[in-house]
Amino acid sequence: MTKQLTLTIDGVQVTVPEGTLVVDAAKMAGIDIPVFCYHPKMEPAGNCRMCLVEVGRPVIDRATGQAVMENGQPKIQFMPKLETACTNTVSEGMVVLTQTEKVTEGRKGTLEFLLTSHPLDCPICDKGGECPLQNLTVEHGPGKSRFLYDEKQHLAKHVPLGELIWLDRERCIQCARCIRFQDEIVGEAVLGFEARGRMTQIISLSEPGFDSVFSGNTSDICPVGALTTADFRFGARPWELKASASICSQCPVGCNTTFNTRREAKAGGEIVIKRVMPRQNEEVNEIWMCDKGRFAYHYAESAQRLVKPTVRQAKASWTDAFDLVTQTFEASKSDVVVLASGRLSNEDLFNLKSLADGLGGKSILYTDMGGGNLTAQVGVGQGTDLGKLGKGDTILVVASDLYEEAPVWYLRVKQAADRGATLIVANSRHTKLERFARYAIRYANGDEVKTVADLQGDSKIAQEFANAQNAVVFFGSDGLGLNGSANLAAACAKLLQDTKHVGKANNGLIGVWQRANDQGAWEMGFRPEADLASAFKNKIVYIVGADPAGDDPALALALKGARFIVVQDILETLTTHMADVVLPAQAYTEREGTYTSGERRVQRFYAAVPVHGEAKADFAIAGEIGRRLGLNTENGSAMVTFDRLAASVKDFAGLDTNKLAEVKPQWPIVGRGDLYYGGTTYENKQGLGVQLSTAAERGEAVSLPEVRAESALRPREDQLLAVPVTKLYDRGQTVASTELLTQRIGEPTVSLHPETAKRLGVAAGGRVSLAFNGLSAEALVKIDDTISAGVVLVPRSMGLAVREPVSVQVLGLAEAKVS
Amino acid sequence: MAHVLLRHRDIPNLNQLDVYQKNGGFEAFQKAVTAMKPNEVTDVVKASGLRGRGGAGFPTGMKWSFIDNKNWPHYVVANADESEPGTFKDREIMESNPFQFLEGLALASYAVGANAAYIYLRGEFWQVAALLDEKIADMEKAGLLGEKLFGSDYSLKIYTHLGAGAYICGEETALLESIEGKRGQPRIRPPFPPAYGLYGKPTIVNNVETFTNVPLILAYGAEWYKSMGTPDSAGVKIFSLSGRVKKPGNYELPFGTTFRELVYNYGGGILDDRPVKAIMPAGASSSLIVVDDKALDTPMDYASVRTLGADLGSASVIVIDDTVSIDWVINKTIHFFKHESCGKCTPCREGNHWMLHLTERIHSGEGSQNDVSLLLNVAKQMQGKCLCALGEFATMAVVTGIERFPQDFQKAVKA
Repeated sequence: MTKQLTLTIDGVQVTVPEGTLVVDAAKMAGIDIPVFCYHPKMEPAGNCRMCLVEVGRPVIDRATGQAVMENGQPKIQFMPKLETACTNTVSEGMVVLTQTEKVTEGRKGTLEFLLTSHPLDCPICDKGGECPLQNLTVEHGPGKSRFLYDEKQHLAKHVPLGELIWLDRERCIQCARCIRFQDEIVGEAVLGFEARGRMTQIISLSEPGFDSVFSGNTSDICPVGALTTADFRFGARPWELKASASICSQCPVGCNTTFNTRREAKAGGEIVIKRVMPRQNEEVNEIWMCDKGRFAYHYAESAQRLVKPTVRQAKASWTDAFDLVTQTFEASKSDVVVLASGRLSNEDLFNLKSLADGLGGKSILYTDMGGGNLTAQVGVGQGTDLGKLGKGDTILVVASDLYEEAPVWYLRVKQAADRGATLIVANSRHTKLERFARYAIRYANGDEVKTVADLQGDSKIAQEFANAQNAVVFFGSDGLGLNGSANLAAACAKLLQDTKHVGKANNGLIGVWQRANDQGAWEMGFRPEADLASAFKNKIVYIVGADPAGDDPALALALKGARFIVVQDILETLTTHMADVVLPAQAYTEREGTYTSGERRVQRFYAAVPVHGEAKADFAIAGEIGRRLGLNTENGSAMVTFDRLAASVKDFAGLDTNKLAEVKPQWPIVGRGDLYYGGTTYENKQGLGVQLSTAAERGEAVSLPEVRAESALRPREDQLLAVPVTKLYDRGQTVASTELLTQRIGEPTVSLHPETAKRLGVAAGGRVSLAFNGLSAEALVKIDDTISAGVVLVPRSMGLAVREPVSVQVLGLAEAKVS
Repeated sequence: MAHVLLRHRDIPNLNQLDVYQKNGGFEAFQKAVTAMKPNEVTDVVKASGLRGRGGAGFPTGMKWSFIDNKNWPHYVVANADESEPGTFKDREIMESNPFQFLEGLALASYAVGANAAYIYLRGEFWQVAALLDEKIADMEKAGLLGEKLFGSDYSLKIYTHLGAGAYICGEETALLESIEGKRGQPRIRPPFPPAYGLYGKPTIVNNVETFTNVPLILAYGAEWYKSMGTPDSAGVKIFSLSGRVKKPGNYELPFGTTFRELVYNYGGGILDDRPVKAIMPAGASSSLIVVDDKALDTPMDYASVRTLGADLGSASVIVIDDTVSIDWVINKTIHFFKHESCGKCTPCREGNHWMLHLTERIHSGEGSQNDVSLLLNVAKQMQGKCLCALGEFATMAVVTGIERFPQDFQKAVKA
């Protein structure tokens, strides 16, 4: 237990842990000490000089070691100069004064200095209305400047640091929060200062500019309007915006977010989303989010949105569509196959599963990754918080590129390693997280299971894992398909079970799923199917939230063998083109519901914008079909559906929507009144969610599958093996419609080992043709000397349908031929 | 009297290793390594009363004794960033008496248990760095640097490191950042380098001149050293004399020598024999001393100079006569500090920028009395709020110039 120290701030006694900074101690006591450069998530810098206070300490008699008394009180010796509250740690008996004339003058002086260089263009500044400089000037600044306005220095006001973040050099106050965020928190030092003195300016050190997937966060913590996002700049004023709580639907982390909306003339007076902001949940995303989550929301406004049902590709009424679907389902019952993806909410999946079960049909999860039955048993326990992992704890990340697949987990695992946790990164290639690993294991493709099995034994690393206070394992599908990842999951589950790292908080298995609610889909009873093509044959296929035809030409072909196809989605896709009936679904921004994150935290999202056209929520459509078939499914309220779900799915027992909406005080304090301190991240007033318990912690028998030695295909001497990997910015439906990300999405690009490239006669940036599974495609080439010479890395969702390791013929193309 | 630091002026070719050794060179180092415990070396330096020659005048032996012995390895760094306008003593030492400096650095390294020492030179000193590299190589060849010196277990390497042209890198923590390959900006202190220095390890940073004192202190003893100078300021000091004097240059004199002796006996008096108006005893960072007979007869030691409302600092004595207007002087100093402000902290970055606008206006004759009071006010608004000493230094000449020479400013704004 950390030693507690008591000090007095403005006459208020405060007791805080040893090592606490004066500025934080004051905040804990509800006393505001203004800051610009200090941020509670980062090391102090002490450069803005805004937090100046008077600091006194008790005089200690050197001979006796006792405090010298004066009039019955300890004698306090004040420092001759003002001290920065952000760099001084508290000490026993310290006295801090934040409201004296000296302090007031100091703050006023600092603000006057800052404003000598500031353009005072608040009326056209995006930060105006939520700007720490503006707010603190009103509170502490001089009413008038003595600096001649004509002598102001003029600097560039529209500097793109990258294509996502713009810098206004006049507004920058050189606090270095953005630089320090990238250095300390992300570990990607892509920003820096150039020149010195008043010419000091922020520059991007990377090519392409500001090459980090966390760049948007710098605009949240920028205490002025210097850093703005290309998405939001000049888009709206903060006070015009309404805030709606949501959960990011891009990956299994489940970042808590806020949609800022307003009526937009350009959108015909409709209410639209103007920006996505992080919402604090210290156990999930803290106060951060990645750029994919922040910027890739435009698909909900896409012109490809489905707004009306169609029957045989002709517009139809809901009644006609429901009639046809119901009749068809009624007539075929057990021949109905429901194929749904983890893009859907728990409620959607619950109703779809109830429907499939009620008909005696089949329910299939649309994914290329297995193992979700294991996370329910030996997943992380209730109360798990990656932010609490540190010295003595171990984290294993195997077959996952967290930076690309679940960026905020990358961030939190990296920080756990910074705090002293042992990080083991095992993969067949280099990934960004490897740099922070104490042990980086590079295995040969096919050795995934063996690598995990080898972590049980006498080796130093195995011992370190076994003896860890807490151990968490992230497994993914990097280089693996459904079977490979399922085998790997089994191996990871066994490792955790055998080393007794299950059934408690901060211990267990986490799946780095391909979609946000894959975990929820497993919980609802959906299971993947290795042979989808056969599963479609002669069946009535009801596809929800998935585009198999667009993802894989083989599946498009297989769908032709189905008897009847119902597709329910939000966007027009190749699959909707093949449908007999298309049912338009609402985007998650238009409705409420819950998702289950990879850490098995159930979290609520709320409607932010009005419904597009006649679209209905997925759960409501499934519920309505169910009702028409005589099943007791809910077709109106998502929350009623959740209550039913909680009553019937064991792991959700006892949950209700109120529990999901509970909040507790969080540190650091963020929110509207504390912009200057934590940034513009939204305070969480809408719920922190609830983590599900695992079978292991309920003391139930855990039944793990036998671990199969061979996890996946291996490359052979005579052929190349194409293996799929995940890329954050891909051509998936939810990303591609965000124009801003086009440059980051780029062309389909495969990675080759230098030797392979040499053999094929191609160089980086060159072109190859690939032939696999009877398909052929072209792609650009990237060289990666960390991969095996026998493999070709193929990014998922970039138009190259490699769903699992598959043999491939590759030919170098001399002339660039754009496909 | 024979020189202690500028011994090359007495002994020809002292910058050659054999000549230096013939004159007792490296005997102190060999004796220390073979016959003394490290803390005994520190004790002698402590007893000698040697104070840091970089400007702050902190007792050297005490600094060495602050090194954190629970955290290893230790480093010693020589601050050879000599960039203060008016200061040019370290260059002469390094060029002409390099081995005495290097021996002092080696002795300090032994005293604090450092096996690596760095010499941080300002970027413009690339020729000096090349010369020191030669001298270091000579020492290595002669077995005076390297592994297991003189048959002991002690090993030492010395490296030179060039800066890239920033005054701020003379600030010890900015200097350390620069060696680490980072942007040269000061760190928050505390922790101080003896606890958290180069690469986060306990480090002693001293000025070139400070180190150069050490070999002779070890050779002749603390009492010998203390016999020179004053009780408060023991030993000798190199005074870099510049400005309106007939014979500017470096003069090694005992502490306690008066300004009058320096300016008239050694400096040959003032050009055109005009009267002295002001003295800046510590280069551009100085307060301006109003010169009268009392000031001229004040002994140059740390305590006495303070009675004149100034600090002796690095003893870079700039002499100003009655042909020079003080508004011109502060325009020059602010130009310098505005150019050299690193930009890290607000008061220094913005304050110098603002002060330059004001002094430009005043000096060009377009200013008003309001500008003068505003300038004074801005300088005072900076004081006590900056992250490091640079911002404070920038205000010294401004505040003392306006307060002590108001007539010069009245004239400047009237004209």
